[in-house]
Amino acid sequence: MTANLYLVLIPLLPLATFVLLGLFGRKYFKNSSGIIGTTSLFVSALLSLVSAYQYFFVDGKVNGVYQQVVILKHTWLQFSPNVSIDMGMILDPISMMMIVVVTFVSLMVHIYSLGYMKGEERFATYYSFLSLFTFSMLGLVLSSNIFQIYIFWELVGVSSFLLIGYYYDKPSAVAASKKAFIVTRFADLGFLVGILILSFEAGTLDFQTLIHRLTAPDSEFLHTAAAASFMGVSALTWGLVLVFIGGAGKSAMFPLHIWLPDAMEGPTPVSALIHAATMVVAGVFLVARLFPVYALSCPVALHLVMYVGILSALFAAVIACTQTDIKRVLAYSTMSQIGYMMFALGVSGYGGEDGLGYMASMFHLFTHAFFKALLFLGAGAVIHMIHSNEMKDMGGLRKKMPVTHLTFLLACLAIAGIPPFAGFFSKEEILTAAFHANKMVYGIALITAAITAFYMFRLYFTIFWNKEATADAHHADSSHHEGTYSMKIPLVLLAAGAVLAGFVPFGKLVTSDGAFLPTEMNPVFSIAPVLLAVTGILLAMSMYRKKNDSPEKISGAVKSVYQASYRKFYIDEIYLFITKKIIFNLVGRPAAWVDKNIVDGLMNFIATATAFVSELIKGIQSGKVQNYALYFFGGAIGFIVLFIYLWK
Amino acid sequence: MNEIPLLHILFVSTALFFIGMYGFFTRRNIITMLMSIELILNSVNINFVAFNKYLYPDKLDGLFFAIFIIAIAAAEAAVAIAIIINLYRSHSSIDVEDADELKF
Repeated sequence: MTANLYLVLIPLLPLATFVLLGLFGRKYFKNSSGIIGTTSLFVSALLSLVSAYQYFFVDGKVNGVYQQVVILKHTWLQFSPNVSIDMGMILDPISMMMIVVVTFVSLMVHIYSLGYMKGEERFATYYSFLSLFTFSMLGLVLSSNIFQIYIFWELVGVSSFLLIGYYYDKPSAVAASKKAFIVTRFADLGFLVGILILSFEAGTLDFQTLIHRLTAPDSEFLHTAAAASFMGVSALTWGLVLVFIGGAGKSAMFPLHIWLPDAMEGPTPVSALIHAATMVVAGVFLVARLFPVYALSCPVALHLVMYVGILSALFAAVIACTQTDIKRVLAYSTMSQIGYMMFALGVSGYGGEDGLGYMASMFHLFTHAFFKALLFLGAGAVIHMIHSNEMKDMGGLRKKMPVTHLTFLLACLAIAGIPPFAGFFSKEEILTAAFHANKMVYGIALITAAITAFYMFRLYFTIFWNKEATADAHHADSSHHEGTYSMKIPLVLLAAGAVLAGFVPFGKLVTSDGAFLPTEMNPVFSIAPVLLAVTGILLAMSMYRKKNDSPEKISGAVKSVYQASYRKFYIDEIYLFITKKIIFNLVGRPAAWVDKNIVDGLMNFIATATAFVSELIKGIQSGKVQNYALYFFGGAIGFIVLFIYLWK
Repeated sequence: MNEIPLLHILFVSTALFFIGMYGFFTRRNIITMLMSIELILNSVNINFVAFNKYLYPDKLDGLFFAIFIIAIAAAEAAVAIAIIINLYRSHSSIDVEDADELKF
């Protein structure tokens, strides 16, 4: 492969923009920062498209198999002759796919924000944060070293924190950003320990070497790793499970999902970029990056991935049905879809036919990025117009916002899995993989698909149909329209993605072992999911298309379930109970007591004793010069006596 | 010529020393205290010169010391008088009892 070092520019351009706008933005580029950020990202996106084309269609393949190529490797910290932290770039199908997704969605969000964030006080800061995030995310997907990925992992966490807390004068946004940071930090602790275990067992931090050493059947590293056990579980399993916990925290998997809905306090384009399309799939990406190790050496850890994934998918879908804040509905829907990607990885094997789940997962990640970013940006346009996140404030907007309405509908159809939209194809692959691997998972996935269709169309009908344009009463001024072209163009482009992304031949491009994986659509197999999705849509239509009392009736009939779902199954309350009642009382308060009484007490005692003694002797310092002379004289006499009579 | 014995000279210098000491401790006027210090220094000078002459007549060390002390005393007087002037400016008094702010 030719040394296409221009690839380095893809992450470095956003970094340069971040530095430029971060240092000088508020002063010199107050109005032009949006254009600067967008332009630099546009170049970045073009470069990544070109390099993806180059990789996939020109020189990525050797003998029909896509190769993993490290195009850049710079040793940054050398710990020992074998262990070093490198800064490098790895090219393989998933990283190429990810840079296209990240730069494309990020570009759309940059363009959209030109209109959405216009007139904000900290406009330049916003764009510098967006650039920082894009840089970190690109660095993450291109990492060639497990420690490098950890560094960028934390960087995306920081940029997510900064952007959630963008409206820092809103207490809820500040609380949400702290929550996101603390929860993911907690999960990252698992990730770090996992990295340490894996790198200790494999004796390297480099991805390629690590994967090779932990998968080759005759590798001695694999044998020691599988033999060393702690609490009845091998070190390898511990390492992989801990790494997965880190991924689960970032990807908002149950039970570490609690930060994602609150993260919706950030600006809507940010939710589209970070909390829908890119950062939250980092966990999926991480498992995919280490997939050979999971699949070949440690099926137990992969089972855990599967169960967590399917549980999150169903759990989030149920909650999404009862939420009233449109962004929260979308947040839970994101969580549910990431659950899909996770369990698709969980049911997959490595290589050949078995690798269908892996391919399906990456495929869903790809298509999901388009339609979920579109849904968020559409929701942003609605919020921009209504100035409220609550669904009850909306209704009948289809005539006032034709472009948003149409694109939102396309995205809803895509996520519901209606052919021929993107979500249908990827979901179909996932269901096929699940069907062959585990019938129970397949069943739950089918139910989730139906629920997904229901809640998405509940959202759609409530926003755009339902009560006829009552919004006019509140927002009568005619200047309120859909938004600028900069807001509409990304919607249209993403809608094109949501419609067409399904036709990308993923089986040829992104597979677990890089080889061609033939996939065919089985129309008979598709009947069940499509039928269920249509049922969900029709149900939502009957309940929400015209304003009627059936939603209240149904929620009244299953009041306890409705309430539990509305309150998100009390997960937040459980966390609060555990932290406030148990940890604070059993750990925090005793520790505070020790700190107050023993640690502080010792210091206070020293201070009091010193004060007491000095009170006793302070009279010596009388301020009278002749007293001092007398002491001096006395001292001199004392020394004379000492030297003459006592010094022998 | 009948020489004065060393002991007599030592009596004089000791008397001078304690007169200076007495003045230093009993007087509150800072200039008198300075003069007392000069007395103490000069008693030492007498000792140096006397011992030099009676014990080591062929050496000059004692004389050098005496000259050295006279020089130091002159410098010290200059500094002390500068201090006294400043004290007078700030306290309108040269009584050491009045300048006792630097205490506990």
